[in-house]
This record gives sequence, structure tokens and C-alpha cells, in this order.
Amino acid sequence: MPTFTMHVFRGEGRTGGFTEYKVEGDPGMVVLDVIHRIQATQANDLAVRWNCKAGKCGSCSAEINGKPRLMCMTRMELFKEGQPITVAPIRTFPWIRDLVTDVSYNYEKARQLPPLRPKPPEPDGTYRMMQEDIDRIQEFHKCIECFLCQDVCHVIRDHEENKKVFAGPRFFIKAAGLDMHPLDTRTDRTEFVKNSAGIGLCNITKCCTEVCPEHIHITDNGIIPLKERVADDFYDPLTRLFRRRGSRTEST
Amino acid sequence: MANHEYETHEHDVIVIGAGGAGLRAAIEAAASGVSVGLVCKSLLGKAHTVMAEGGIAAALGNVWPEDNWQVHFRDTMRGGKMLNNWRMAQLHAQEAPERVLELERWGALFDRTKDGRILQRDFGGHRYARLAHVGDRTGLEMIRTLQYHGIHQGIDVYMECTITRLLKDGDRVVGAVGYWRESGKVVVFKAKAVVLATGGIGKAWKITSNSWEYTGDGHSLAFWAGADLIDMEFVQFHPTGMVWPPSVRGILVTEGVRGDGGTLKNSEGKRFMFNYIPDFFKGETADNEEEADRWYADKKNNRRTPDLLPRDEVARAINSEVKAGRGSPHGGVFLDICTRRPADYIRKRLPSMYHQFKELAGVDITAEPMEVGPTCHYVMGGVRVDADTTQSTVKGLFAAGEVAGGMHGSNRLGGNSLSDLLVFGRRAGLHAALYAKNYSGALAVDTAQIEQAARQMLAPFERSGGENPYAIQSELQETMQTLVGIIRNEPELKEAIKRIERLKERARKVHVDGHRQYNPGWHTALDLESLLAVAECSAVAALERKESRGGHTRDDHPYTDDTWGKVNVVLRFKDGRVEVSREPLPEMPAELKALFQERK
Repeated sequence: MPTFTMHVFRGEGRTGGFTEYKVEGDPGMVVLDVIHRIQATQANDLAVRWNCKAGKCGSCSAEINGKPRLMCMTRMELFKEGQPITVAPIRTFPWIRDLVTDVSYNYEKARQLPPLRPKPPEPDGTYRMMQEDIDRIQEFHKCIECFLCQDVCHVIRDHEENKKVFAGPRFFIKAAGLDMHPLDTRTDRTEFVKNSAGIGLCNITKCCTEVCPEHIHITDNGIIPLKERVADDFYDPLTRLFRRRGSRTEST
Repeated sequence: MANHEYETHEHDVIVIGAGGAGLRAAIEAAASGVSVGLVCKSLLGKAHTVMAEGGIAAALGNVWPEDNWQVHFRDTMRGGKMLNNWRMAQLHAQEAPERVLELERWGALFDRTKDGRILQRDFGGHRYARLAHVGDRTGLEMIRTLQYHGIHQGIDVYMECTITRLLKDGDRVVGAVGYWRESGKVVVFKAKAVVLATGGIGKAWKITSNSWEYTGDGHSLAFWAGADLIDMEFVQFHPTGMVWPPSVRGILVTEGVRGDGGTLKNSEGKRFMFNYIPDFFKGETADNEEEADRWYADKKNNRRTPDLLPRDEVARAINSEVKAGRGSPHGGVFLDICTRRPADYIRKRLPSMYHQFKELAGVDITAEPMEVGPTCHYVMGGVRVDADTTQSTVKGLFAAGEVAGGMHGSNRLGGNSLSDLLVFGRRAGLHAALYAKNYSGALAVDTAQIEQAARQMLAPFERSGGENPYAIQSELQETMQTLVGIIRNEPELKEAIKRIERLKERARKVHVDGHRQYNPGWHTALDLESLLAVAECSAVAALERKESRGGHTRDDHPYTDDTWGKVNVVLRFKDGRVEVSREPLPEMPAELKALFQERK
């Protein structure tokens, strides 16, 4: 069996750095298994968040060799044998200890989002919805809230000041899912997305989509339709039409 | 010792545990107009409910109009080998449909029938296709729906907070004490009523589908506070967990694979389940492959495939095949859907399974069979509760979901867990709120109890040298796996109890390094106490029940015994020891008994 060389970020508060651990491997191991082995045998107090170990709860997000990933779904076989593997906490959120960060930003944003306001049910007390009308929203509902999309989003990754005015990709697809929900009757969510969630700051670089472990098309299916809705609701189409004509006349 | 510093929060009701049952309880209590605190061991939305795959059982009758609560009730009781608390099973079957429709009103999007209603899928032990589902990620949909509904109901949520003791004032529970994971500081909750919704005990076994949180916290909190536990011998080994590679051993493979057409095969390529149909289910189970295959489309004229016998039967059958040398290369059996259903159908119906096998085992389930074997999944036993109110035998203490006992008897049917969470979560919230409203006298907590709990929490830091908590946990898991597993007998159970006793001794000497801030070594050390308590309870109850039934198989008492079918094994905590007794089951009324006469 191979021996892995792990560089794990350790420390708390303000001071930290990578500590090297050598770990005996087993076939089929994922990064989280190796972290657990370090915890059980070499560093009992190594802090790491995890729950399901099956890619369903989204707790064990980390930056592995610099890339945002779920530790439980990253197999060790992915890496070249013999080379050290770095494991660091997701950087966009305040650091607590070792691999654990304070992700409460996401829970605050979740609370701010205007919730579903369903229309009344059919006379029999149930709803009729067609599968084709909910396919796209079901894609958004696959989100496991690992917050890797939030971590990689450059609007907040290096700009702490934007956190106040920007909700991030996770909550754009949440908003899109509610907006497209066949039962929803709200009309104020687009305004929220524009003014409070700061969708204008997103310039669709698709970093979020690339790191999504559920392969949700965050940008194409969520953010872009939301941006279009904002444009439709807030910029009078007739005015825009005139503006465009005007500029064309000028250029000819 | 000097007084410990701690913060105190006060609520009418606190709910411990934020999976499906806890969230549903908190929502209902808040709707009753009382102040509610919801305490989660992890972050909100990460509880084990997210792992539930197949669906929520509810007799909506959308696919088979013949279905109704009576049929669901009957299936549940028969699945539990008639040991269920009949009243719980009745309430569950009656109220599950409304709870599912309510989730839809709160935004859940279940897969649809062609006419736009909630689609239902087949599952083991259910006569009709009954499980409302979203592909194979129903639990995720459920917890997100409850979570996003819940955060707008004025509930105070306390995340990453572990409760270690309940507080009592005389004979009633008046709060709880625990610690913050992040800071390691002690926290006290004063509450007129406490709802336990802490899930199960699966982390006591080595091969398990359960996460680190499943250390039997609620079971032991209730037990130490004087509440009765029942049915602790009944542990469900889900027949299909992953077996290879070693690091994923135990991860769940949904019963939905079989519900959607998959079959179990041995190394000879035989569908072996036809050899394991017990007399109890002969009348309703197909005895040949042709009938079994026709059953998926025509349930009126055909009997159910034996691949979908209740989980206890299937787990034992797999165990026997492997023992007889007809297992797969890595000690399981084969689960084949690739030769039975088209690849597109598999990817659409079972996306998480496709993903899970592809990423973790390098297996394409649309082209090759899976290798599967039993994995510890669920405990039927738990806190003895009043069926209607969910109140335990201790005043002010309520329990719902996996931590409560009785609903599932000796074996739970797949899909009945999510519906259990909703039905009894709601009832727990409702009745805890009512109890809190009628609470009389001052709400007083005893500082001495808090001080004692705090001292116990901090003890592992103060010992020098000593034991590694992870080593003890792993030895306990090995003990339970080998001695209190699917097949049990008296010498092995006695040996298990002896070993647990020794591990308890060693656990008192556990030492942890470092400090209190986010220290998993310390958390593991503290979890050991409850884990050892529930392991002991389970082994003691298993030794007591001298028969085989549901999730309890004794090779020294291989048959089901009618006298044992009339009693629960009840456990109480007396003078630091487990006291065992046998007490009669509640008697089912005649009109419900009649449901079992109609067809055998």
C-alpha cells in the first residue's frame, strides 16, 4: 500500500501553517479517510467538519491542492503517487481552527431570501404540477449546501466588503428555484435579487459551476435567467429599444 | 471546584436534534405560539435525514387507488412482525399523506405522475407503490424544505451544540446542558419541555451507514433521566450497503434500486431470494422469476418479488449466501439493475447511486452489477412514548423519530422512516408546546446538576496519560459488529456485555490533548459515554429476548415465539445499572385486528 504525504493546514485564530503527516494508505481511500486516519493516530484534535461521507451533506468542503472540493468525494488515486497533497480550509469564510471555517454568512443570506408564497391548492387540497415544469428546479434542489460555489466566487473571495451586498451563487439558484416554482406567487423576489442579493456584481465567469460537486448548471440555468428577469423587470424595454436605435444611428 | 462559567438560554420548548423530526417538531411548536429553541449537533441542514434516499411512505393512492391507510397500517405491522405499538402504526398510516402534502405546500418538489400528481415508487414490504420521492435524494428534499420553511418561523437555532445531560426538577425535565463545538464552552438551556429528536445509535457498529453523530445521545439522555427504553434488541441491518473499496464499506445503496427493478444475484448468477421466502410472507410473494417480473407492472394479478421482502429477511439471506461461499469477490452479493433496465432510466431514477458508484468505486451501474452487503442502518428500539402525545415516561420529555421506540416493532419498512419523522415530529412539537403552556410553578434549574455535568465534560482534559478515545470507539465498533451483529447467540452476547464493561472502565481513563476549541478528540471522548450506554442496552436486550424476530436473530433460538410476540423488553437505569423487564404490548382493538384476518 502507498504511503501518502499530507500537508494539512493547522492552527487557529490568526496563526497557522501546513503540517506534514505521513499516512499508510488503503485501496480506494478518499481524502477524508486520510484526514480521519491522521486524527485517530497522530493528531486527535485535528479539527474537521464532516457528516455523511457520501457526498450528500456538503459538510467536508476544503481546498485540496488549491482546488475547492469535497474531501469525501476526492479519491487519493486522483493524485500522482509520492507527491505531497495539501489540504486547507475554504478560504472565503472566517477561519476557526484547522480545516474548519465559520460559514454563518451563508445562513444569514438564507434567512434574507423571500420564501415561497404558494398559491391555493386545487379543490381536492392537492396540487397538479407537470414533471417538465419542475425538471429545472429539481436540478437546483440537488444543492447540498457545501458552499464551494460561495468559496470560489471572486466577488466575495477577495472582497470582504462585498459580503454585505452579495448573496452568492448558492442563493442565486435558490432564488431562481423559488422564482420558477410553479406554486410561487411572489412578485418581490427579483427586486431582492437585484438590490439586496447584488446579482449585478456577478460577471458570469462560471467558477461556481465548475466546482459544483452536484454538477448543477448554476450560471446557465440559474444566474443568467435571473439576470434576464432583472433586466426585464427593471429596465423598460421600450426605452432600451430607443437607446439602441439611437446608438446605431450615431455609428452610421 | 470553582463554578463553571456558562451561558443560559430559556425557551418554552427546546428540540434536541435538527433532522426531519426535530425540524418538524420545532415548526409545529412555534406555530403553537411558544418560544422554541432548536439545538443541532452539526450545522443546520446536515443531519442524517439528508442521507435518506428512497422516499416517504404515504398511502396517497396516486399510483394505486386501492391503497389506503388500512393497507399501509397492515404492511407496517406485518413488516414489524406485529411487535409495533399498534396506535403509533395507525396514526402514522393515517397522517402520513397529509404530512407529505404539507411538505409540498412548503415547496418540496416530488417526482410527478403523468397527470401531475405525486409519483409513488415500490419498496420492500409495501403492498402498493407508495413512496413519494425525488429520484434517490428524497431526504435532501425533505430536510431543505423543512429547513427553509423553519428559518422563517421565529425559531432560535443553536448550531454545532452537543447536549450531554438533561436537567431535572423533581420528576420533570426542565432543560439540558451541553457544549458549543466551536468554543468548547458550557451552555445551559432552561425549558419547560424538551423534545428529543436525536436519531439513532448506528455508530456503535463498524460497518454502518450512519455518520459520526449517531452516537445514541437522545437514547442515553432519556435513559439517564429515568425514561424507559424499549425494543433495543432490534437493530436494522440494511441489506444493501457498499462493500468495496474498504473506505466506503457500509455506505447505503437505496432499496429504490430493487424497487425500480434491480435484483440480487449470487456468484452463480442465481436470483437467490426465491430460496429465502419465509412462511409468514409466502402468500404474498412470487415464487418464480416470471411472476416476480410481471409484478412491477401488474400488482393485481401477481405477487411481489422476493427481492423486496422486508429488510431483515433480505439481510439474513445475503448473510447466508456469503457464508455458503456464493458471495461476490469482496464478501457481498451482486445487485444487478444494468441488465434489467435501460441506462437512461437508471440515470434518471437513481442519479445519486450512479454518481456514488462511479466516483467512489469506479463502477458504472448502468453497465456492471454493484457489490452489496448488509450495513447497520437503523435502530427500531428507543424511548418508550405515548403514541398520541410522544411523551416519554418522564414528565416534560418527548421523543420523535428514530430515538423513539415502538412505531416500527421489530423491523422497519423502508420509506416508513421519513413519514415517521413528519407524523411524530409534528405531534411532539404540538404536545410539547401544550405541555409548556400548562406548565405550573417556577422553571428552576439546579446549579449542582449543571456543575456536575460541566465537571464530567471537562474531566478528559484533566487526566494525565491514559486512553485514546478513537481506539476505544473502534474497539467498541469491532465488538458490536462481531458479537451483536445480524446473527446473535447467548455466549457471544455475554462476551459482548463483558467487553463493553471493560471498555466503560477504560473510557473513564480517556485523556484528550489540546484545548476546548473545536477539538474532535474531546468530542469523541464525550460521545463515548452515550455510545457505550446504548451498546450495552442493545446487547442486554438482545440477550433477554430468546427468540428470533425482525431485526433480532438468535441462532440459539432460531424461531419466532408467540409468547415473546406479546411483550416488549423494557430497560431502565437503576443505581447506575441497566434493569431489564418484560412488559405486555398494548392490546390492539378488534376492528384493527380484523384487518389481519382478511388476507393471509
